[in-house]
This record gives sequence, structure tokens and C-alpha cells, in this order.
Amino acid sequence: MRNASRRSLLAAGASGIGAALAGCTGSGSSAGPTVGILEDRSGNFQLNGTSKWQATRLAIEEINEDGGILGEEVQIEDPDPQSDNERYQELTEQMILEHEVDALWAGYSSATREAIRPIINDYDQLYFYTTQYEGGVCDDTIFPVGATARQQLGAVTPYMAEEYGEDIYIIAADYNFGQLSGDWVNVIAQENDYNIVGEEYIPLNETDFSSVINRIQSEDPDFIMSMLVGANHENFYDQRDANDMLIPIGTSTTMAQGHEHIRYEPDALTDVYAGVSYMEELGDERGEGFVDAFYERWPDANYLNQEAQNNYFSVYMWRDAVEEAGTFDQEEVISVLEEGMDIAAPSGDIELDGATHHMTHKMRVAHADENHDISFDGEQFIEPTFLREEVEGGEGCDLREESKQTQYEPGDVYDV
Amino acid sequence: MAAATVYDGLSLLFQFLNSFGFLVLVTVGLAIVFGMMGVINLAHGEFILVGIYGTALAYHAGAPLPLAMVAGVVVTTVFGIVVERLIVRHLYDRLLDSMVATWGLSLVVAQLLLIVFGSSLDSISTPMGNVAYGPYTSSVYRSVFLPAAALVVLGGLFLLFTRTEFGVKARATIEDPETARAMGVDTDRMYVTTFAIGSALAGLTGALYAPAIGAITPDRGSTFLVESFVAVVVGGSSVVVGTLSASTLLGLVNAVFSWQLGTFVGLMAMLLVAIVLLRLLPNGISGYVEDWRERRRADQ
Repeated sequence: MRNASRRSLLAAGASGIGAALAGCTGSGSSAGPTVGILEDRSGNFQLNGTSKWQATRLAIEEINEDGGILGEEVQIEDPDPQSDNERYQELTEQMILEHEVDALWAGYSSATREAIRPIINDYDQLYFYTTQYEGGVCDDTIFPVGATARQQLGAVTPYMAEEYGEDIYIIAADYNFGQLSGDWVNVIAQENDYNIVGEEYIPLNETDFSSVINRIQSEDPDFIMSMLVGANHENFYDQRDANDMLIPIGTSTTMAQGHEHIRYEPDALTDVYAGVSYMEELGDERGEGFVDAFYERWPDANYLNQEAQNNYFSVYMWRDAVEEAGTFDQEEVISVLEEGMDIAAPSGDIELDGATHHMTHKMRVAHADENHDISFDGEQFIEPTFLREEVEGGEGCDLREESKQTQYEPGDVYDV
Repeated sequence: MAAATVYDGLSLLFQFLNSFGFLVLVTVGLAIVFGMMGVINLAHGEFILVGIYGTALAYHAGAPLPLAMVAGVVVTTVFGIVVERLIVRHLYDRLLDSMVATWGLSLVVAQLLLIVFGSSLDSISTPMGNVAYGPYTSSVYRSVFLPAAALVVLGGLFLLFTRTEFGVKARATIEDPETARAMGVDTDRMYVTTFAIGSALAGLTGALYAPAIGAITPDRGSTFLVESFVAVVVGGSSVVVGTLSASTLLGLVNAVFSWQLGTFVGLMAMLLVAIVLLRLLPNGISGYVEDWRERRRADQ
């Protein structure tokens, strides 16, 4: 393991920016090293995508301010995909074929990632997917650096059972992310002898949760595990409050991304517990330096979310890998990344697992009280064990040894 | 056991009222513009959104909620009049053209809201608390106040279009604009006034749902559009009869299936009923009622 990025990232995070002077362009030529940033600044996911785009730009601008990479200024191509998967597919091809990007950061939802994955595979494009997600992607050129469901739900579900009891009601968004996250709660429940007393998958466009709330009340669980997604589903929290349904909620999706604890009036988010790798409220010197730098560059930003932090540290991770490789050649950069890397991220000192392309994240449980003040507890490092130790009959997935373009699901290993 | 059945029945009733109120309020403005003016307004969701934004901005600026709601309605009405004068008046009885133009308008409004107000506004908590029964609770605002408001709106519209001089002139203009003009009716004014009423009702829906919608983001308009279209198509062109019958039927189907089998099944059941009804009653429920009346008149 190397420790290449720690010092430089610390320095960059604390130094502030002057990034506007960095001279990056959003529509420049493809001369010189170029990165593609496809993050939603409009449409259904703009609330989460905007800060991802901002943090990626911030990191590139800081790097350019600091002399670029291998002495070259990095160009940015960053059209708005508008939360539209077809547009994502077109733009991904454009990034690869027209702009010949050296690395790509793209997409908020798992549905988006899966929409562009065949294109990424066709062209062997180095791609960083930074949203927390259901896990299981084992793919030659993809680095899913956000926390997986195994990591997030593995942090928060046992914490909730310990605090409140072992009867769980699952509500989740009705698409691949929500369904697989629900499977993971079932796996964790099986491993710990918790009881799943109810389970419901809700269409993404649903805004009325009155029947869901009555069904939850009827089953009277000790806590709810919620993997709801998007602005429509957020209404659940307000309706829970209007119904005085005080059952605590564990989640992998709320607060750290959509900052509902800021956007909703207290006490809608009371006793919501999120398994997170990062929130801007985390504090500590390194984290605060990052937050200051972010808001200095983007004074009108709404929130610096968990996924934005993932974009930020992964840009520096890529920078260090390029410098180590001495070239922007994607195959060689991937080889360096696959050696593994220690990262001094704003979320803490974390580690890239070269075999699986996933991160060992420093996880914690964020709790919103009745005033929506956030506190953190249950800090622990959680490794990407599903891919490394559980799939393929316990052999794991090792991309250094074998080329793969697979997504493993909990059902491949567990009876769910 | 008996008590449990009563509680379950109450839960179902409140869910029906919740669904009924939502369907009436999101549909009624669209029904007026489509049923009376022959314009399919694909920006209807964004009209409601303007009402939500108007209300939320006024509320966060310090206005009490009822006053903020009035502001939301006024803003949407003015917005509707501007849109009618600039765009819609060129599109009366041009169904496809009106769809394309208003769809474009919906994109422009959503993007303008994003540019001007950012990716979200702070939400407003749902007022009025809840009613508790057995293991269940239901929000008073969503399950009692909003359905009651929906009935008041429908009653008001019925009186407006059947008991006032404006209503007679408006219906005459819609039936036969040439003759109405010959009789001295200012049809241009009737069109803009009717469109303004449709817009005001969309604004009222936005104002009433501002504290019940949760996240206030520029892309929420589409949330309202699908259900309002389904209800208008099922209900047919008569504003009051169509909206009332379609909302009652679809609300009941949604509540029963959601309550029994989950939200997804509730939504699917509602759409399936809409498809079957359209096969059986191509002009919607109010079209069937009208045909039945005419047959009865002919028999007499």
C-alpha cells in the first residue's frame, strides 16, 4: 500500500482555492488531459447531482491551481445530462469518442450507471461512480467509490436493533437500488436473527404515503429501514410527522445526500438514523477545511453532500495514480489503482481495495434529533467484504487476476 | 375483533378521502381548460407548481400560511393570464399544437424555477395534526380538510357555471362562439377569464398542497400531471360531473387496493380501471351520462 495522496489532499483541502482563476473551461477543446463530468444539474436528481458536479470541478480546479498533473493543465468537459438516462448514454459516447476523456465521473442513480455501463465496457473507459449504492459491481474499468449497501446498512441496521429492538419494517424505492438494498436488510436480519415484519417497494413517482403509514402502524415495528429515493419519496418524512408516527427510522439514503434535515422543518426528521461515510456536519480540521473551500468556491451551494465528497477525493486519487503511472494512459492508471491506495479523504483516512475497485469506508451513524441537529456515533471501518470474500463461493472477485464486467447481487450468495 | 374492523374501515375511509381530495384538486383546473376550451395543457403540473412556489416563498418571507396561500393563487392567476394572452389564445381548438406548446412551456417553467430559486425550497410542515384511532393515525389536513376543500371547489364551480350570468356567457362562448359574439358576448374576454379561472384553480391546488407535498423542487410538476390526465380522460369533458365521478371512482379503487395490497398495486389498479373504462366509455363518464340524457329526451 502506498500513501501518496494523504499529504497532498490535506494541503489542498486546507489551502482554500482561488479556483475561479484556475482557467478551466466547460466547453474547451480536447487538447491535453481531459476529464468528463456528467452530473445532474437539472431534472429529478439535480438536488444531489449539483453538489457532485461542484465538488468535482473544485478538485480539478485546485489541482490545476497547484500546477496540474504531470505538468499539464486538466481540461473539463461537463455538459448537463439533466437526469435523463438516454442523454447520459449519448453524452458518455461523446465524452469517450469526441473528447477522448482520460477519466469520467458520471451519474447519480444506479439506473443511470447501468444505462452507461455497456458503453463504458465497450470502450474500456476509466469511470468513477461515486454515489453510495447497492454494491456488487465488479468491472474492469469502473471504480464505484461510494459506500455500498453492505457498508451503509451494515453500519446502521445493527445499531438500530441494539437501540430499539429487532422488529423491522422495510420501505424502499421500487427499482434496482431499492430492491437490492431491501435484500441486504434481509441478509443482515438473517445474520442477526432480526425479524422483518413488513416490506414494501414504492414506485419512484409516489408522493402519498398514507396507506404505507397505516400498514406500518398496523405491524408496529421497533424501527423502519427506509431506502426511499428522490424528491417524491421525501414526502414520507413530512407525512410521518403529520401522523405523529414516532417509530425511529434507519436509512442509507436520507440526509447525507438530499440534506432533508436542513430542507424540512423540525421535527420531520426526528430520530432518523443514517449510515453514512460523510456529512458536512462531521467537523474536524480536515473536514472543515474542505467545507470552507467548497463554500468559498460555490457560495450559493445548498449542501456539500456525501457523494460530492466521494467525487472530490476520487479526483485526487486519480491524480495520484496518474502521477505514479507517469502517464494518463487509462490502462496503466488502472494498474496503479489496483495496487491499492491510502486516501486522506475529508471523511477520514480510507483505503482503496485494488482487487474489487471499492473502498474501505469509515462509516458512522448520523442521528437527527427533534431540532434536526446532527450527531455521530458508531464509528467503524467497514471493508468491501461482499466482493472480496463472499462472491464466487468465497473466492471473491479479484480484478487484478481476472477480467470481469459483472454485478453480483445478494441473491447470488444468500437465500433472499 | 369488531373494534379492529371499525379501525380498519376508518383507515380505508380516510385513505379514500385523501385520494379523492387529491384527484379532484389536481384535476379540476385541467378539466376546465380541456373540457371548456379544448386545450390540453401539458403545463398543468407547472401551473400547480407556480402556486406551490408562490405560497412557499410568501410563507418563508413571513406571511401567515392562509395569506401565503392567497398569494400563491394570485401569482398563478396572473401567470395564467399572461400565458393565455401570449400563447394559448393562438391555440384554441388546435389540440396537438396546444399539447406541443404547453409541453414546451412546462420545460421552460421548470428550468426557470431552477435557475431563479435553486434546486429546492424549504418545505412547509403539514398543519392541523392528526386523528388517532386504534393503532392508526390519519392527517386531518390531508384526509379531512383537503377533501372538504375539494367539495367546496366543485360546488362553487357548479354555481358559477349554472347560476351566474358569467357562467351562461362562458358556456355559450364554448358551445358556439360565433353566435355568442353575435349576441353581444365579448368572447375574447370569456376565453381569458375562463383560462384565468382554470389557472386560479391550479394555483389553489398548489397553495393547498404546498404544506402537504414535502420537497418543493422545480421538477415536481410532473407528479400532478399523470393523475390529473387520467382523471380528466376518465371523467370526460364535463367539469363538475366528470371530475366528481372520476375522482370518486379512481380514489376508491386506489384506496382499496393500496390498503389491501400496497401502493404499487393501488396505482396499477387505478390505471387498469382507467384503461377498461376508456374502452367501455370512450367519452368518459360524463360523456356517457350526456348520451344517456339525450337518449332519454329522445324517448320522451
